[in-house]
Amino acid sequence: MSTPALATALPADAVKIVTDPSTEPFWRAARERRLVAPSCADCGRFRLPPSPFCPHCQSAAVDWTELSGRATVYTFTVVRGFPGLPDITLVPAVVDLPDAPGARLVTNVIDVDPADVSIGTPLTVDFHPVSGGWLLPVFRVTGPRKTRPRRSGSCERRGRGRPAR
Amino acid sequence: MARDTGVRDVAIAGIGATPYYKRGETAGQSITRLAGEAILAACADAGVSVTDVDGLAFYSLARAGYGEQMEAGELVETLGMRELKFSAALTGGGGGSAGAIGLARAAIVAGDASVVVTVMALQQQTRLGTVVATKAVTPVSSFVQPSGLAGPGHLMSLLTRRHMYQYGTTRDAFAEIAISTRRNALSRPKARYREPLTREQYFAARMIADPLCLYDFCLETEGAVAIVTTSIERARDLRQPPVPVVAAAHGGTREWGRAFSWFGMPDDETFASSGNKPIADRLYARAGITAKDIDVALIYDHFTPMVLMQLEDYGFCEKGEGGPFVLSGAIRYTPERKPGSIAVNTHGGQLSEAYVIGATHIMEGVEQLRGTAVNQVAGAELALVTGGPSAIPNSGLILGRDR
Repeated sequence: MSTPALATALPADAVKIVTDPSTEPFWRAARERRLVAPSCADCGRFRLPPSPFCPHCQSAAVDWTELSGRATVYTFTVVRGFPGLPDITLVPAVVDLPDAPGARLVTNVIDVDPADVSIGTPLTVDFHPVSGGWLLPVFRVTGPRKTRPRRSGSCERRGRGRPAR
Repeated sequence: MARDTGVRDVAIAGIGATPYYKRGETAGQSITRLAGEAILAACADAGVSVTDVDGLAFYSLARAGYGEQMEAGELVETLGMRELKFSAALTGGGGGSAGAIGLARAAIVAGDASVVVTVMALQQQTRLGTVVATKAVTPVSSFVQPSGLAGPGHLMSLLTRRHMYQYGTTRDAFAEIAISTRRNALSRPKARYREPLTREQYFAARMIADPLCLYDFCLETEGAVAIVTTSIERARDLRQPPVPVVAAAHGGTREWGRAFSWFGMPDDETFASSGNKPIADRLYARAGITAKDIDVALIYDHFTPMVLMQLEDYGFCEKGEGGPFVLSGAIRYTPERKPGSIAVNTHGGQLSEAYVIGATHIMEGVEQLRGTAVNQVAGAELALVTGGPSAIPNSGLILGRDR
């Protein structure tokens, strides 16, 4: 039988990001392969996506904290196909960040058989190239894994998607 | 019979629609043509001249679907309305559909306008199913778009999986919603799908965003629907029996906020919900009734699990019990209302009749209360119409019979 398709991230040129003053520190850190999250400099609570005001105390002052890169799957879906990329397999996920309580990321679990992902699966951050020279935080299942045997050569997918046409 | 204590100061006097088309079929028509056809039909139904329309109460920012726009000035000039005295739109998207009738009421009660039209025209020039992937990226959407969540169903599949995890909900429940809605469409002349849907077909369908398959998604149709609202006194002098607005509400709490445009809902119960509970509470308080008093529920059905979560939020069953509730057969249409059950989307909804961003649900509510619905609930006195689930505002509307 065919080996299950491993989930990947969208190819670099299919993903554009734009920044504003609130969000730019997040992306600048990601470009240095660091995962950071903003917390309120007054009340200390984390929030994502980065935004101009703390929703708890309305302060505009922000601290940026470097995170461990650990996460857990809060919920996820399995998507086969994307406009222009009919054969791609994606596992878009909402993840909790244990060292930024209250903040979540919408991201991808990559290099995994979708059948091996469930709510609560522990993850570790990685960084995937997107257009404009930016890097996108994505996540891999934290090893050791009890996955089924992988197709040889499939682990070198990291950041190597096919171009979108 | 329920004696509500709702406002009943305005009423829906007319409804009208174009035929419903499949995606791409209206390419040769303009948005103004589609919207105008629906408005003229609604005015004819009400027995008012379009020249007397002096208010426009839109939702979804007066967008015609997700890319195109309805223009008040163009409608006024093209249709020959004499003078526009009120023109406003609820913000957000489909969440405001039912609430737009509340906006019309606001204009009438304030004395700003007297004959107010709500209209939605939909052409899928921007294809809805992939709208998230194709919209221009913004600093905020840069945190969602890269994940490949291409359309609304992809976003809502994430809420659905949490509901299944937290409450043990199964795909059988979603199948029942798709199948029971299809049953209601079979007898509808205008419905896009008029063949029965079987469990086998449902479970054999392709997965689009697991756990959501093809039949969990609403249709990608085109067409327009318009609704004429006026004061209850004036409505009594018009052609149709007035259908009073018993209560209308829109909005939502901070916890829901952007909802699945971001997924910031902090607690599990809110996350795996439709975000409509605050609307439901406000609506029932204003009407002085509970879910038990509703005779027919027109529930915004863009995706089957969101029907289930709205049934919970609107109090037809307990939170988390939506799965067993629908699997008991409680939402199936029968001409006589049975205790403990509620006929849902008697018109075939957006899953099987046509998707016009919530507007067909308002129309069906009106027909049920006039007593002229194809799948009439005998003696229906109160109908619930919902908008959303979507980012704030969500909305709800309770319509009644004049007395």
